[in-house]
Amino acid sequence: MRKKTGRSQYSLRQNLEGYSFIGLFVIGFLAFTVIPIVTSLIFSFTHYDILSPPKFVGLENYLQMFTGDHQFWVSFGVTLFYVIVSVPLRLAFALAVAMLLQKTTKLTTFYRAAYYLPTIIGSSIAISVVWRQMFSGDGVLNSIINKIFRTNISISWIGGEKTAIWTLIILAIWQYGSSMLIFLSGLKQIPKELYEAADIDGASRMHSFFRVTIPMLTPVVFFNVIMQLIQGFMTFTQSYVITQGMPMDKTLFITVYVYRNSFTFYKMGYGCAIAWFLLIFMAVITALLFKSSRSWVFYQAEGGD
Amino acid sequence: MVRSKRNRIASKVVYHVVCLLLCVVMLYPLLWMVFSSFKETNAVFTTAADLIPERWTLENYVNGWRGFLGISFGAFFKNSLFVTVLATVGAVFSSVIIAFGFARLKFFGSKLWFACMMLTMMLPFQVLMVPQYLLYNKLGWVGTYLPLVVPFFFGQGFFIFLDVQFIQGIPRELDEAARIDGCSTWGLFLRVILPLVVPALVTSGVFSFIWRWEDFLAPLLYLNRVPSYTMAVALKMFSDPTAQSDWGAMFAMSTLSLVPAFVIFAAFQKYLVEGIATSGLKG
Repeated sequence: MRKKTGRSQYSLRQNLEGYSFIGLFVIGFLAFTVIPIVTSLIFSFTHYDILSPPKFVGLENYLQMFTGDHQFWVSFGVTLFYVIVSVPLRLAFALAVAMLLQKTTKLTTFYRAAYYLPTIIGSSIAISVVWRQMFSGDGVLNSIINKIFRTNISISWIGGEKTAIWTLIILAIWQYGSSMLIFLSGLKQIPKELYEAADIDGASRMHSFFRVTIPMLTPVVFFNVIMQLIQGFMTFTQSYVITQGMPMDKTLFITVYVYRNSFTFYKMGYGCAIAWFLLIFMAVITALLFKSSRSWVFYQAEGGD
Repeated sequence: MVRSKRNRIASKVVYHVVCLLLCVVMLYPLLWMVFSSFKETNAVFTTAADLIPERWTLENYVNGWRGFLGISFGAFFKNSLFVTVLATVGAVFSSVIIAFGFARLKFFGSKLWFACMMLTMMLPFQVLMVPQYLLYNKLGWVGTYLPLVVPFFFGQGFFIFLDVQFIQGIPRELDEAARIDGCSTWGLFLRVILPLVVPALVTSGVFSFIWRWEDFLAPLLYLNRVPSYTMAVALKMFSDPTAQSDWGAMFAMSTLSLVPAFVIFAAFQKYLVEGIATSGLKG
């Protein structure tokens, strides 16, 4: 890292020109990101219901969160479970389908579009509505099971304490499209010679998958893991619309909990405290991943283009 | 020889069968939604296992379109279109202007701001929702479309990043040639670079359109009068289970709400695929 003395390096004209282009970003970043983040930190130390002025209460919100709020821990646990289960499954699916699509045929474009479409529309309300009906007592899943096995089950998968979260996990896996596309272009960049070399050395397909494909893909895997983790923790619509956190808070995602505290109970200060906890938690996870990446992410020596 | 040819054909068939089966699984929920919307409303659940309706009807669309509280879905459609188009135009053009600054110009603090921009890509909206709500509340924006539109006129991280990647791929000799011809920096941007980055603009525009169209949380937070609702919020309200829920109409309106996103996807899927691929490889 070189230390620069700053201004002297660039002329006034260069600076003015530069900021005439990126000025918009700087203003937007300060107004819609920095100011909200700072105020949210301040509000997290207060009781604030919007109507009356905020009251400073020190660490009370945080103490309440960590020691007195069972529901917070439930929702944190639910979110963690959802993320830990759905992200690896989604990535595994994405990789498997990407490898399937590596072969180009006349239908490849169609397949790719069909597999990607659910991702594009998956977080829409329409899909949430459909999902709710698919796994309800008289929904598609039960009807098909009943037809095939001539049974007569009518359990509500959405309403079951054990099954509800899995309907949301299935929805998450169903939307593997973006990771699939990223894997697909990652696969295409692996030099053919590596496979040929492995072939000459007599490596089996399994072997060259674990010794060539996987190591060469690690940068892409790393990127996918980070983006999917963040997305997973931030899932809102699905929990809010499909299950409404029910039954017994078994699908109460932490984002929905923040929303409820802030906009249903008007405990804005408490909502801010939870949001900050989430932000710090995710920052730590991301930092740990970056740190660990040195030991498992493999970068080619020539380094990009 | 004959045998290996037969094997090749067999493996081809197996490959396509697997791919097509996967297509069915992937598209089944959507197909069920679309076909159910043409079933008679009381048949939606009694015939849930059958995909194709026994008797086709358009009644659900007629009933659903009427909407609720005297406001038809036509109004919600128009609201969504208004917000989506405005926010998309803002996001696409502000992002490319900012991207040019990052990709081509040298000035004090550019690295710092670029890092901030990357950070905003990872900073989720949900963490900011409470303080942003308080900010917009203070500004008197709550209940208007401003919070759904204005922030997008200041660039969006993902699109800036996409444009930066694209602009860096344009040879710098073009810049120099334009400079020699007496182009100013803005002239260079408007006359030389902008026409060349159109593919990246299309990609951003398509993503933005679909994301804004489907956005639920922000309209849920900021729109508080039913006549101003966008499709997403209206559909949520329309589909909340009640005793006399009209399932057929619900499916019909769900299907309609996906039509714009679907059309855009079908028309521009090549751009989406390339956009996603770029974001992952250089990230």
